[in-house]
Amino acid sequence: MSYPTQFRYTKEHEWIEATGDLATIGITDYAQHELGDVVFVELPAAGTNLVTGKTFSSVESVKAVSEIYAPANGQVVEANTALQNKPEVINSDPHGAGWLVKIKLSNPADFSSLMDAAAYEAYIEEKKKEASA
Amino acid sequence: MPVEYPSSGGLVAEHKAVRSGVGIFDVSHMGDIRIRTTKKPGGALDAVQYLTMNDASKLAIGQAQYSAMLYPEGTFVDDVIVHRLSEDDYLLVINAGTREKDINWVRQTTVDFDCTVEDLSDNYTQLAIQGPRGVDVLRKLTDANLDGLRNYWFTHGTLCSLKNTLIARTGYTGEDGFEIYIPADVPTSERIWNAVIEAGKEFGILPCGLGARNTLRLESKMALYEHEISDKINMWEAGLERYCKMDEGEFVGRAALEKARGVGLQRILVGLEMVERGIARDGYRCLNENGEPIGVVTSGSPSPTLGKNIALAYVPPAMSALGTLVYVEIRSQKCKAQVVATPFYKRLKKASAK
Repeated sequence: MSYPTQFRYTKEHEWIEATGDLATIGITDYAQHELGDVVFVELPAAGTNLVTGKTFSSVESVKAVSEIYAPANGQVVEANTALQNKPEVINSDPHGAGWLVKIKLSNPADFSSLMDAAAYEAYIEEKKKEASA
Repeated sequence: MPVEYPSSGGLVAEHKAVRSGVGIFDVSHMGDIRIRTTKKPGGALDAVQYLTMNDASKLAIGQAQYSAMLYPEGTFVDDVIVHRLSEDDYLLVINAGTREKDINWVRQTTVDFDCTVEDLSDNYTQLAIQGPRGVDVLRKLTDANLDGLRNYWFTHGTLCSLKNTLIARTGYTGEDGFEIYIPADVPTSERIWNAVIEAGKEFGILPCGLGARNTLRLESKMALYEHEISDKINMWEAGLERYCKMDEGEFVGRAALEKARGVGLQRILVGLEMVERGIARDGYRCLNENGEPIGVVTSGSPSPTLGKNIALAYVPPAMSALGTLVYVEIRSQKCKAQVVATPFYKRLKKASAK
């Protein structure tokens, strides 16, 4: 699966896509692969404040729990409640219908610390090499 | 063994293959200890009886049993499968993580008995072929009579031209299946692995990893060392008395267990099913209604077969009755669960042939 160029990525494998001061957040294809069959998603309620680098959600597969970290500061305007009944959408469409939350960004311009698609792909190539080494 | 095989489609696919078809596990990491009589007949049996908690005198040649080695405190060195190979010859299959400790323990505990102890762990590769179609797969590869082989019995036969291969109807999945013991060299191990995969294709065989091994054994309430059993947990607490010869002779740990029986239990292993949304995981705390800690989850996972979130946990006996509400602390949230009957999953026995 390709990594959309309009997204920005974190080292913890979240993606964020901003349009003006609204942003959508999810986990990457690499993350869903590592996790395996997703069976449970815990989402924050609308109105929750997200703080960069702090956990705001968890995604669980049969084998493991993965904490999800906020890639930016902001307030949740909508959580993807459809995932509660169909968490497996995170596996099948992690960059689309498997999104986790939409937030109103506190500081829309500040993505400088995040990776673009090319940098992220290079980063996960390194991860894969480490894993097979 | 990896956690899961991407080529299999992942943990859930592997788990379901074993429940409905067949899967193969590379369990070559398991250890094997052979105990044989040196001189006088019965020496090996005496040693095994003293060393393990189940009654090995009940074993016929060709039969195996679930058992455990205990410390004098009645807590667990390890759980084992004891196989009686011949008159004065036993094979103990032990866990990988405890291998060094186990072999030392066996040597020191049996030092006064008329027996020899050999660590054969490096000689054998163990492969587990598990699932209702496992018998169909193996039948294609061996001349051994598998249909006459009952659960927890074993036989020897030619398997993929390997003569005298030990084939046991045992496993760690709660499903019908076999564990085979083949020479540990890489070319042989790979050849047999590939032959089983090839023979299993028509039955949809999948290679299965540690993840599925864990969910399968959890559904069947089979203990995992350092989880349900450990050097801190005694046999009564783990609820394994049906595998323990408490009143049939001496063994290491018996005296302490006798004493513990009189005192009563502080905690006992129960099955939990989550009532509220949430997945209990290993090490999470159990709470009572007031939020006070009462115990701990030893293993917890979504159950692929049942579609529920299940767990094994130690709780006080007063909280162990079926239907009792227990709370599991999940990321600082109190999540409701209830005590349910175990095993969570039990395979249907085949109707007897008419």
